Amino acid sequence: MSNLALRVEDIGKQYNIFKESQYTTLREKIVEVVKSPVKTLLNPTGSQKFWALRNVSFSLEHGQVLGVIGKNGAGKSTLLKILSRVVEPTEGEAEIHGRVGSLLEVGTGFHPELTGRENIFLNGAILGMKKTEIEKKFDEIVAFSEIDNFIDTPVKRYSSGMYMRLAFAVSAHLEPEILVVDEVLAVGDAEFQRKCLGKMSDVASEGRTVIFVSHNMSAIQRLTNECIILDKGKMVLRARTPEAVDYYLTNDFSASGERKYHSTEIPASAHPFKPVAVRVKNNANVTTDNLLSVEPVTIEVEYELATDVTGLRVGIYLMTSRGEYVLTSFDTDAPEKFQAFGVRKAGHYVSRCTIPADTLNEGRFVIGINASSYMVKRYFADERAINFNVNATGAPGMQWVEVRQGPLRPRLDWRIEEVH
Amino acid sequence: MTTTALETKNKPGVVYIKPSRGWVSLRLKDLWEYRELIYFLTWRDIKVRYKQSVLGILWAVINPFMSMVVYTIFFGTLAKIPSDGVPYPIFSYTALLPWILFSSALSVASRSMVSSGNMISKVYFPRMIVPLASVMSSVVDFFIAFIILIGMMFFYKITPTIAILWLPLLILLALISALGVGFWFSALMVRYRDVGYLMPFVTELWKFVTPVVYPASMIPEKWRLLYALNPMTGVVEGFRYALLGTTQSISLPMILVSSGIAILVLISGLFYFRRMEKQFADMI
Repeated sequence: MSNLALRVEDIGKQYNIFKESQYTTLREKIVEVVKSPVKTLLNPTGSQKFWALRNVSFSLEHGQVLGVIGKNGAGKSTLLKILSRVVEPTEGEAEIHGRVGSLLEVGTGFHPELTGRENIFLNGAILGMKKTEIEKKFDEIVAFSEIDNFIDTPVKRYSSGMYMRLAFAVSAHLEPEILVVDEVLAVGDAEFQRKCLGKMSDVASEGRTVIFVSHNMSAIQRLTNECIILDKGKMVLRARTPEAVDYYLTNDFSASGERKYHSTEIPASAHPFKPVAVRVKNNANVTTDNLLSVEPVTIEVEYELATDVTGLRVGIYLMTSRGEYVLTSFDTDAPEKFQAFGVRKAGHYVSRCTIPADTLNEGRFVIGINASSYMVKRYFADERAINFNVNATGAPGMQWVEVRQGPLRPRLDWRIEEVH
Repeated sequence: MTTTALETKNKPGVVYIKPSRGWVSLRLKDLWEYRELIYFLTWRDIKVRYKQSVLGILWAVINPFMSMVVYTIFFGTLAKIPSDGVPYPIFSYTALLPWILFSSALSVASRSMVSSGNMISKVYFPRMIVPLASVMSSVVDFFIAFIILIGMMFFYKITPTIAILWLPLLILLALISALGVGFWFSALMVRYRDVGYLMPFVTELWKFVTPVVYPASMIPEKWRLLYALNPMTGVVEGFRYALLGTTQSISLPMILVSSGIAILVLISGLFYFRRMEKQFADMI
């Protein structure tokens, strides 16, 4: 037959949105059945349903590298989970020709008490490798992870970098015919990411079939030649990568740069502070989660105060996706603001700040918010309120296709002088 | 592309993914294919258990031993419960071994799906492996505690008869029972988290409908077969027969009834587990 690696036909996945918690308890269930037997029988879970993915069809030949892009909640992970058989589709069919290896996460099943050596075997087995296969590749895995002296140390003593390297090393030596990869590259330091990307492009160039999901447009551009774009569970485009990335970045599929707070998410202790929303805006004042390194990034925190608050400061944390702090800043940092807003009256506010253009490096950033009165009370904090991606197009140093270390990418004023 | 290609099913090396409905096949062949994973997960559980506490090995002994001491004082000496003609300490210890094997295997198996949630939501493998591996890892505690029993048999000068050959089968029966019930409870617990709170209660009650502290011979003869519907009845009295040579409390029909029920629970548990399996990754 043909060179078909994989074919997906009208795949759909429906999820329940549970009314309250995700888990029911037996006690609740019994009460429910006793109270209203008819209703329970008609709608056993008592929940609303929504389609995380629907009517998605595509096929892929052996040796192709396909990127899957889309904003959060577009159905990317659901698609990967279906293809790796972690979840079952609600409708549709798929056929896969060959062994699938899925990397939805690195280090699945790693146990902190076990040594590096033991975890290699355990993790390898979980990923579907045979013992003989692991034994054969063992030295290679250890060499790749650069942890050779610590191979017989329990991994709980490892630094997070060592842990990630080992975990990725095992995954990277999985040799299935079809590899399904989620954003495993979004973790680890720049050096590690570079190494992962290198390994991934080796895999791709070896003629293996790869499906690769990422938020990182530069990784997508480096690794894939074709992409599909998902939006709200639907497939909106399949095109060659440059075209798809362009479409994705310009058509604002990523307009989700907004986090709204529902009243149920706000703890009672936050009173009188009531967060309304956090937004990220680009140069054109459009709410988006995809920004350019060369444009200013505006961050807005919208909130209501039920009563007057003394000494309130509303601020942001900016973190990398690994959780390293880049900066912390409050709206009353400037002494004159601190004077002017000694007491903030009850009302509806927006606190807004701008990170200047040419500040952030490419990658994913997380914004946390915090509303507090210093030494008095922390009203509200959300460490991971919203995240956004920065694309390095036009940033300094783009003539070299390498990952730049560090979260910042300022345009520094270099001078080159010849010394006599 | 047409759907006709999808109609030609079951070509080797091709995986078909589609929604399953209702009761599904057990796919025991998959289990065989992943036998190495069963081994590795069992090995992990064992390794971790004895690595985390220096007392690991001691714990395996303390539990049955202390229970035996307490039972001997209260049930044997004070309440004067008969013990089929053998000294009460060894009478209860012989029962406690398979009972603790069963109850601890059941408890780890029931929690296993929820505690392996992360793995289940990230990687595909036959889910049945998870409760299976946790049941197997409980066997080590049993063998450690068994050493004490050998010592006690020397102490009480009890020589095992040829009946000891039954022992492997009885151990298997205890494991099958734990696995069958474990499949039911682990699948239920994914769905209803409060099943976890129910578990200690269930095992406690179960212990008292099992002849651990008293002999089955206390049950009127005509009710014995009904009593053997509890598979652990057959296991526990079978143990006493195989090791201590007591014959008053056990009969072949009882063993057969217990085994039949255990196998029935295992098969139904497997089917229920498989039926619920597709929802696991969604719910964990």
